[in-house]
Amino acid sequence: MTFRGRHLLGIEPLHPMEITTILDLADEYVGLSRSRSKHSDVLKGLTQINMFFENSTRTQASFELAGKRLGADVMSMQMQASSIKKGETLIDTALTLNAMHPDLLVVRHPHSGAVDLLAQKVNCAVLNAGDGRHEHPTQALLDALTIRRAKGRLHRLNIAICGDIAHSRVARSNILLLGKMENRIRLVGPPTLIPSGAADWGVEVYGDMKEGLSGCDVVMMLRLQKERMDGGFIPSEREYYHRFGLDAAKLAVAKEDAIVMHPGPMNRGVEIDGTIADDINRSVIQEQVEMGVAVRMAAMDLLAQNLRAEAA
Amino acid sequence: MTILFKNARLIDPEAGSDAPGWLVVSDGTVTQLGTGEPPAAGEVVDCAGKCLAPGIVDIGVKICEPGERHKESFRSAGLAAAAGGVTTMVTRADTLPAIDTPEVLEFVTRRAAQDSPVRIAPMAALTKERAGREMVEIGFLLDAGAVAFSDGDTVTGDTKVLSRAFTYARSLDALVIAHPQEPGLSAGAAVTSGKFAALKGLPAVSPMAERMGLDRDIALVEMTGVKYHADQITTRRALPALERAKANGFDVTVGTSIHHLTLNALDVGDYRTFFKVKPPLRSETDRLAVIEAVASGLIDTISSFHTPQDEESKRLPFEEAASGAVGLETLLPAAMRLYHAELLTLPQLFRAMALNPARRLGLPGGRLSAGAQADLVLFDPDAPFVLDRFTLRSKSKNTPFDGQRMEGRVLGTWVGGERVYGG
Repeated sequence: MTFRGRHLLGIEPLHPMEITTILDLADEYVGLSRSRSKHSDVLKGLTQINMFFENSTRTQASFELAGKRLGADVMSMQMQASSIKKGETLIDTALTLNAMHPDLLVVRHPHSGAVDLLAQKVNCAVLNAGDGRHEHPTQALLDALTIRRAKGRLHRLNIAICGDIAHSRVARSNILLLGKMENRIRLVGPPTLIPSGAADWGVEVYGDMKEGLSGCDVVMMLRLQKERMDGGFIPSEREYYHRFGLDAAKLAVAKEDAIVMHPGPMNRGVEIDGTIADDINRSVIQEQVEMGVAVRMAAMDLLAQNLRAEAA
Repeated sequence: MTILFKNARLIDPEAGSDAPGWLVVSDGTVTQLGTGEPPAAGEVVDCAGKCLAPGIVDIGVKICEPGERHKESFRSAGLAAAAGGVTTMVTRADTLPAIDTPEVLEFVTRRAAQDSPVRIAPMAALTKERAGREMVEIGFLLDAGAVAFSDGDTVTGDTKVLSRAFTYARSLDALVIAHPQEPGLSAGAAVTSGKFAALKGLPAVSPMAERMGLDRDIALVEMTGVKYHADQITTRRALPALERAKANGFDVTVGTSIHHLTLNALDVGDYRTFFKVKPPLRSETDRLAVIEAVASGLIDTISSFHTPQDEESKRLPFEEAASGAVGLETLLPAAMRLYHAELLTLPQLFRAMALNPARRLGLPGGRLSAGAQADLVLFDPDAPFVLDRFTLRSKSKNTPFDGQRMEGRVLGTWVGGERVYGG
């Protein structure tokens, strides 16, 4: 079985075999990225447009680099600066785009479901680069690839996802993906940052870091956004760091070889202690960035193959 | 001029009966009912065994005049109502500008009389510009024909303003209709909280916000003695508070919406904005509890909360999309789902859709006995069809039932003995 979708809108519609297909191809692209030439022509002649309706540096750079390494013509548009302010609706934007004949469209939008809506109206393959609090599929895929390479497998692992689950699309996509691959998932955080329906997702919920991290193989930290601190979700930054920030004492209850992950950008001293983030024996945060480019190359390659098959 | 309706299945919500018979209308009034051999009449309508019921009195219809006539006009809404068996539209005040002065109300009444084939009973706003700061001229508006006072789905957070408006309304025996919802807790919410909302990443409100809103309003009713109607009760948790208020003899009635009786939170699926309504669709447990409360009579009325929205307002990301669904033409077929599922009987349904709303507003319709106003609907509860939203008569086509299989077709509608639909 290969990857069959027309778009990559989320982890939710993917079959475990499709996830494995993407990860296997991404593994090959890690090799390409590490080689001297770093270049392939699989997307030659195709146009990739990155549309970011929300600020992003890392994800956008990663998609741009992935497209360029595969030979696509890449254009990035900062949407929050342009048409949105002029009152253009998402549908109008889609129609404008259709006239430019892109083949791959990478979209990030602040509202859940907005990328699905756009995908219904455009003629090309759409990759979701994050929609509201809904999904961020390429982040979950790059996390999965990082875990698989570090642990040698992607099943029967104890994985703790810690912090602001409620507002995190990274958490949702990861819960879906890691669940599909049959891992044991724990959510750890203050109750104000755990969504009210989370207990029904087939995960374990912990309000205490040490209980939640006890014996786990992977510790996945999430970014605590500044607006959450101001929004009354937690009493203060220092209390949050004291109770939920990852430091050596809390990490000590995890397995000895447990890895530490973070989707970036990090708030050192808020959700994670700087020395742990920099500990090359525990932290795989730099690998995550590297895997990001490879996973995005794989996803775009597979979508382009499906586009060609559809045209033929 | 007399009309005989023969071979009918008479649905009488007052008597709670559903039985074969005939009915005679003369000069706009029901004069005789019976079984067996019918008397002679000038005009004969052979009902062929189909249901004849009092016309629906729909509380809370939004007609977008003045302000947004491209979404709905008195003409288009009136035609939709006639086709849906609605003989009285109790219209909302949340127009642009709001209906908050006798002058605007007179404009509305005049436009309705010119254009609508069915009756209009207008509501007025409770506070000026529906802003929750100053009460409207309740006395003048009553004189101009307002049947109730409501700020629609806007909740007045300032309880002092509300207590004054309630006290003043009480002195004039005016009916106040409110939207029970705790405004802080429900701010920004697009769906009801739960597993589904959390997975879809949509801002959600706890169903408890409805009970909090109702609790506050009931306390104000106890304080002021006003005649109070809650527009929509949609959750299980709000029902005990309601039961207590009624047992204590407070002048409280409540309604619910047909969408909350026939759909649930999961119907939103992949961000389908036609299912975005206010309050948001609830869990299946809530839906079943609310149906039971309609059956027992704890919930008094069922309405469509007809809310036209154009395509541009709905073709947006879910959080940004406008709330509301059209319902004048789908109220009756949707209600038939409850009948066919054997959850509610036809007399129970017409008690909630016709008799109780008319009684609460002091209107003459909603009955099927001798002396009643001849507002009637003839319908086939079993006729199947697939709804195509572009066949709706409303200018706006935002129905959640698009493409769905439904049963129940209106065959004819009469207002004051005049046929306004069918035939």
